[in-house]
Amino acid sequence: MIHRVSRRSLIKGAAGAALLGGVGMPAISRAQSDVIRIGHLTPLTGFLGPVGEYAVMGVKLAAEEVNAAGGIMGRKVELVLEDSVNPQTASSKAERLVERDKVSMIIGEISSASGLAIGQVANRLKTVFINTGCNSDALRGANCNPFMFHIEAANSMYVETAGNYFLRENLVKGKKWFTLTADYAFGHDLSRVARGFLQKHGGTLVGDELVPTDATDFSPYLLKIRQARPDVVASNLAGNQITNFIKQYAEYGLPFPIGGFGFDTVVAWGAGKGNFAGIWPLPWHHLVDTPSSRKFVEAFTKKYGKPPENQSWGDYHAFKLTAQAMNEMKSNESVKLSEHLRKGAKFDIGKSREGYFRPYDNQMIMEMYAVRAKEASKQKDQWDIYEALGTVPAPGEDLEVLAPPKDGACKMPA
Amino acid sequence: MQFVFVLEQVLNGLLSGAYYLLIALGLSLIFSLGGIVNLAHGGFYAIGAYAAVVLTQRLGFAPAFVLSPLLVAMLGVVIERLLFRRFYRADPILSLLLTFGLAMVIEQGLRIIFGASPQPFSIPPELRGQIFLGDFIYPRYRVIVLGIATLAVTATWFIVYRTAFGRVVRAGVQNPDMVAALGISLSPYMTAIAALGIGLAGLAGVMLAPISGVHPAMGAEILTSAFVVVVIGGLGSFWGVIAAAALVGVVKGVTIYFNPSWGEASMYLLMALVLLVRPRGLFGERIERFE
Repeated sequence: MIHRVSRRSLIKGAAGAALLGGVGMPAISRAQSDVIRIGHLTPLTGFLGPVGEYAVMGVKLAAEEVNAAGGIMGRKVELVLEDSVNPQTASSKAERLVERDKVSMIIGEISSASGLAIGQVANRLKTVFINTGCNSDALRGANCNPFMFHIEAANSMYVETAGNYFLRENLVKGKKWFTLTADYAFGHDLSRVARGFLQKHGGTLVGDELVPTDATDFSPYLLKIRQARPDVVASNLAGNQITNFIKQYAEYGLPFPIGGFGFDTVVAWGAGKGNFAGIWPLPWHHLVDTPSSRKFVEAFTKKYGKPPENQSWGDYHAFKLTAQAMNEMKSNESVKLSEHLRKGAKFDIGKSREGYFRPYDNQMIMEMYAVRAKEASKQKDQWDIYEALGTVPAPGEDLEVLAPPKDGACKMPA
Repeated sequence: MQFVFVLEQVLNGLLSGAYYLLIALGLSLIFSLGGIVNLAHGGFYAIGAYAAVVLTQRLGFAPAFVLSPLLVAMLGVVIERLLFRRFYRADPILSLLLTFGLAMVIEQGLRIIFGASPQPFSIPPELRGQIFLGDFIYPRYRVIVLGIATLAVTATWFIVYRTAFGRVVRAGVQNPDMVAALGISLSPYMTAIAALGIGLAGLAGVMLAPISGVHPAMGAEILTSAFVVVVIGGLGSFWGVIAAAALVGVVKGVTIYFNPSWGEASMYLLMALVLLVRPRGLFGERIERFE
């Protein structure tokens, strides 16, 4: 994993970075035939930057472990890490990763808007892209393609998971809901799915406010919520928005129970003591008690001095399952990898049941988790903010009940 | 009935304008004296917030609250001595480039030292709670912030308009050559004003850290709003900045009441409108340097 940088590419990279608004220097490596290169593309700046940082930690740990275990087909694996910044940049960087850096495949992304752009490049260049953080159902529906895979859960899976626990608490039927929604592709999609869920289970939406991704002051929204007097306040927000929202919600001391349909643990860790509240869904969390999950948490905590975030889980396992698949196929060819993954190969992804990619839309079919905020007085350290509620689907229940509906929106070209 | 809720948003807007005010005021001060458009101003705001987080862990909230803005002001002295003063009479594009670079260095520096993840930080338990004014609810901490902001702005006003120091500064803004001819070296005044302006940004960072997320890009986030405030108020105008901060707060709050997705856009529209009618901002004066 040593990145050799030639002077010329360094200058080019520096010029490019300066043009893009001073983003960190991309790690560029020269073509070497004895290594297998895997591209990692995720936002490190902007309102999703904190989440992206955990993605990079996860994928680096996975690369280290794979190399220590002999690499892929005996060859060393090299990561090419890039900051995807925004959809335009993400798309051109994805192209550069494939055409200049000759990566075998691409892992990463968190913004659904950028994920869509990378997915289109992946399809055009016939290179596998495993999405580790974009939740929009649309990426699995109308925008699906045979080269874009999703280890990240879809919005509908998040909504069903949190919804399952809201139903158990009698917070849905006949209740008034007020939601705040991130004003971009992900938020709009999540809001649509959440509305569908409430409608199906007899809840009413009394307000849904679109919040710009660069908003920092939530006080006007909180006053509106107070005026609407809902039974539940739910977040369809993303990244740093969630930190600001839960901090300021606690500050205003509104009495309505809160929760969320989309979540990333890092943003709640960043809120500070006594602010986090409610029920939230996660594709995985660091308290999941399975042998491989415990091993991952231990290795991560040892390397970085803090527990892995759910985003680290996605990037770590995307890399691990790629290495496993390539070793099984004895090839690092992307078209073959795509076919192999679509044939239903099973993978240990740190949960009690193995997961697999569903050929209908390339969605990883897997268990999900919900968590509930812990009382501030019972928290041991800054990472000990929630308690595990359990798995959805319940043990024994069919895994696919959670997956996005096969509504025909995804027309996968054969 | 709806009128009451709009009034609530107007009041909230007036109060939240105080946050923009502190940052915009320093920006305006530094611009009026040295002609430097400080794009790194948001960076100093972020440093103030991080200093509050680090110092609170070691000394507790109250000492951190006092020390952090002072530390940031001292940093302002260093920056002014080493960098700003080389650009006072130069082409403004040079100082723009300098401070743009400085902003990136600060943001990446914070990212390298502390990581991109937000730093956990909250309001100390004794300052939590809300105040009710009739049906209007306001967190106690924000009332304290408002009080301190008012104090800081009043003190700045007093320094600039009611002291001998301030007279020299204002004379320096009007005619630096004449001040020099009178045998007064403006140099220490420039340093002091930069320290004051940057210290105010640091103070804003300290006060907002418990409310908003503390992360490396927080400076860039707030700087845009601060610039809009300064441009609406008129570059270099003390009262302009105060009026514009209140106006931006109110327009944003009321827009969010009627159409939330236009919340951020509303302040840019307001800026466009003001500039159409008064190209130098509400209270802007002629700026010889640029004409």
